[in-house]
Amino acid sequence: MTKFTKVVAVIFGLITAATAQADWTMNMRKGATDISHDIFDLHMIVLWVCVAIGVLVFGVMIWSMIYHRKSRGYEASDFHESTLVEIVWTVIPAVILILLAIPAGKMLIDIEDSSNSDMTVKVTGYQWKWEYEYPEEGISFFSNLAASSREAAGLKAGVNPATVDHYLLEVDNPLVLPVGKKVRFLLTSNDVNHAWWTPDLAIKKDAIPGFINDMWATINEPGIYRGQCAELCGRDHGFMPVVVVAKTQEDYDAWVAEQKGAAAAKAEEADKEWSKEELMTKGEEVYNTSCASCHLQTGEGIPGVFPSLIGSPLTIGDSIDEHIDVVLNGKSGTAMQAFGNQLDDAELAAVITYERNAWGNNADGDDKQIVQPSMIKAKR
Amino acid sequence: MNAHAVDAHDDHDHHGPDKGLMRWVRTTNHKDIGTLYLLFSLLMFFVGGAMALVIRAELFQPGLQFVDPNFFNQMTTMHALIMIFGVVMPAFVGLANWMLPIMVGAPDMALPRMNNFSFWILPFAATMLIGTLFVEGGGPAAGWTMYPPLVLQGGKSFPMLIFSVHLLGISSIMGAINIVATIMNLRAPGMTYMKMPLFVWTWFITAYLLIATMPVLAGAVTMLLTDKYFATSFFSAAGGGDPVMFQHIFWFFGHPEVYILILPAFGIVSQIIPTFARKPLFGYASMVYATASIAFLSFIVWAHHMFTVGMPVVGELFFMMATMLIAVPTGVKVFNWVSTMWRGSMTFETPMLFAIGFVIMFTIGGLSGLMLAMTPIDFQYHDTYFVVAHFHYVLVPGAVFSIVAAVYYWLPKWTGHMYDEKLGRLHFWLSTIFVNVLFWPQHYLGLAGMPRRIPDYAVQFADFNMISSIGAFGFGLSQLLFVVVVFKAIRGGQQATDQVWEGAEGLEWTLSSPPPYHSFSVQPEIK
Repeated sequence: MTKFTKVVAVIFGLITAATAQADWTMNMRKGATDISHDIFDLHMIVLWVCVAIGVLVFGVMIWSMIYHRKSRGYEASDFHESTLVEIVWTVIPAVILILLAIPAGKMLIDIEDSSNSDMTVKVTGYQWKWEYEYPEEGISFFSNLAASSREAAGLKAGVNPATVDHYLLEVDNPLVLPVGKKVRFLLTSNDVNHAWWTPDLAIKKDAIPGFINDMWATINEPGIYRGQCAELCGRDHGFMPVVVVAKTQEDYDAWVAEQKGAAAAKAEEADKEWSKEELMTKGEEVYNTSCASCHLQTGEGIPGVFPSLIGSPLTIGDSIDEHIDVVLNGKSGTAMQAFGNQLDDAELAAVITYERNAWGNNADGDDKQIVQPSMIKAKR
Repeated sequence: MNAHAVDAHDDHDHHGPDKGLMRWVRTTNHKDIGTLYLLFSLLMFFVGGAMALVIRAELFQPGLQFVDPNFFNQMTTMHALIMIFGVVMPAFVGLANWMLPIMVGAPDMALPRMNNFSFWILPFAATMLIGTLFVEGGGPAAGWTMYPPLVLQGGKSFPMLIFSVHLLGISSIMGAINIVATIMNLRAPGMTYMKMPLFVWTWFITAYLLIATMPVLAGAVTMLLTDKYFATSFFSAAGGGDPVMFQHIFWFFGHPEVYILILPAFGIVSQIIPTFARKPLFGYASMVYATASIAFLSFIVWAHHMFTVGMPVVGELFFMMATMLIAVPTGVKVFNWVSTMWRGSMTFETPMLFAIGFVIMFTIGGLSGLMLAMTPIDFQYHDTYFVVAHFHYVLVPGAVFSIVAAVYYWLPKWTGHMYDEKLGRLHFWLSTIFVNVLFWPQHYLGLAGMPRRIPDYAVQFADFNMISSIGAFGFGLSQLLFVVVVFKAIRGGQQATDQVWEGAEGLEWTLSSPPPYHSFSVQPEIK
């Protein structure tokens, strides 16, 4: 190691130590699919073409600025048109563009061809989470920002994001896919526009309510690939990551079997009678994941945008039926979405119980304010 | 003696301005209105800039330190709306007001009363727009692009947003009609279209873009309004509408709008570079044709803003190729500017510095635009900080630098005083250094995968965000210097000659500095 490289290494070490997990990535990722590799290669070609044009144009300019200046006594010449030159610098760029457009066009046709896929996953955007459905397997689940990130992401939370594992890029339930299979994604949305994007899978596509878009990817290597929502979708747009876990076919099959077992266990839970403590504990958990983005952890909401739940006519007194109705079916014309298909009976009962008993909403400890899963079932 | 007394009497009582505030309220004088536009734009520049600094302060570090994500979204939305409709467009209209009548040898604009009205709509529209921040629920938070369904979730700010966009559009259309009328009817004898200065040409074309697209925006936002309040479903799939249709209509306005924000800049730079290179503009005719081609192409490329909405592949191919085509006339322009400089006898006063800065940094923005035009790779770039870097390069060291260059260039003519050259050059160097510290790292952030419009980010993006924020504060503070230079020149300074710049050519330099209240009361002859 020469003295110079040592110095560079020390400086670099200091910088990286100071910024913990941060890195200085300056370029696009090559990604994990053949398409992403193609896109990366095309990106590099266009980049170098741009650099070459820049060097040429700026080189001439800088040369001119150094030598053709009055302070050096340079006399201005008077030439001011040349049809030949104009034609040359119209035609040459046009040719370069055509040469770039040909591979780009081919690649585009390839990207947009989602036929002959091996499996399908339906991705639905919600404010602010993703739902993944495997129609062939009958599996579906929601993917929320991980609790560790959520806690650190509060305003003035006092948690150093660098200490959180994959801050803002971690979820509770990742999308699990097998490697080597052509997966077709069907994208849609439940509320506003979102965009589903994992840089390693290269393609980004909008999830639009009422429409279904499709895209595909064949992942080459097992691994965890992280991305984010890429279309502004409201307050927590920055807090709905995409995490894709690619597994070998064997591991994937095992995961599918496990998911099917878990669904059966969950159905059983809904039928039992719950205690108030159980409901409150579970309710707080569900509330913080699904409701706190808008109504805030304190229940206060944001005046004029998201109503307060404290002492609201909907959360106190005899309003249980209306309360269940709003949570189940949403409120049209507002950001309040229908949670009926997002949460199961037990989760709904718990969160409604929590809302009716937390923040002093039920100061008298009235037992009528407890909602059981069976009451939800009856309302569906 | 008698003749002199009569002249003086005419000047002061019949053709001079009112005194005090009413001069500015009632004025129909193109210079007064130009000044109003420019001062309004300067004020809004700092309002919009302050919002940018809120954004950059929050993004200085990962984690939420200062503002709630909802307020952050209000800041990104308002920053864009104010910078586009409150700063760049009014500044160009202000420059057009001041300079077009003079450059074509006219006494004033063709429609002076409408001129007054088109300015005085602006402060009310801007007040209503900024006022949204103080209503219940805060300002609009769905991005300046106002995409439904998200924008329909807005609270009390929503109708105020729509109406202020309507008002801003009316003001722009009136300004544009006035410019077209002035250029078509008030040119001095002998000034054929192909003898017009390029600033006049580029504004002529820009005015048509405004007249063609502002009504489209007005229609789009009106449909939003009826969707929200009158139960129509233009953009609601549940009622048989299509949220993507809004994006098509919006960008049919939005892409020509991009050129509305840059064509006058091309004109300004085409005035300044020949002056300081002491050499005529290279390829005048090709500049005019290139401007017209860009304007035409701007109408058929809109969907490149929405490659990810799921268009048919044929549509994507068409919009990719049409967009790439724009690089040709834009390249012609850049090559012409460089050829104008080539073998000139250059000096580097502040306007020239800003003009050269414009050419270099606008070209950088243009090259990243070429990268974005290519649909397959745009799937990676789309809605990331790469896009943010791209359009800020064309708008800040692009459009804004050209406006600043124009102000330095014509300020001695307007005020009759030379500005402080030393401070001007300092302003240029600080602005150029900081604008690159601010926006260059955003290319890396975008490529590394950071989406735009997020208030908080994963820790791997921390370093470049911190650098970018430092650049933002440096750039913002440097602009205070501009205010100092401008107001110093207004208050006094070395008397400017009529010619001002050694190599300057054009009718504006034949008038006194400052020019008389009515520019050309006798039309000049153009040979």
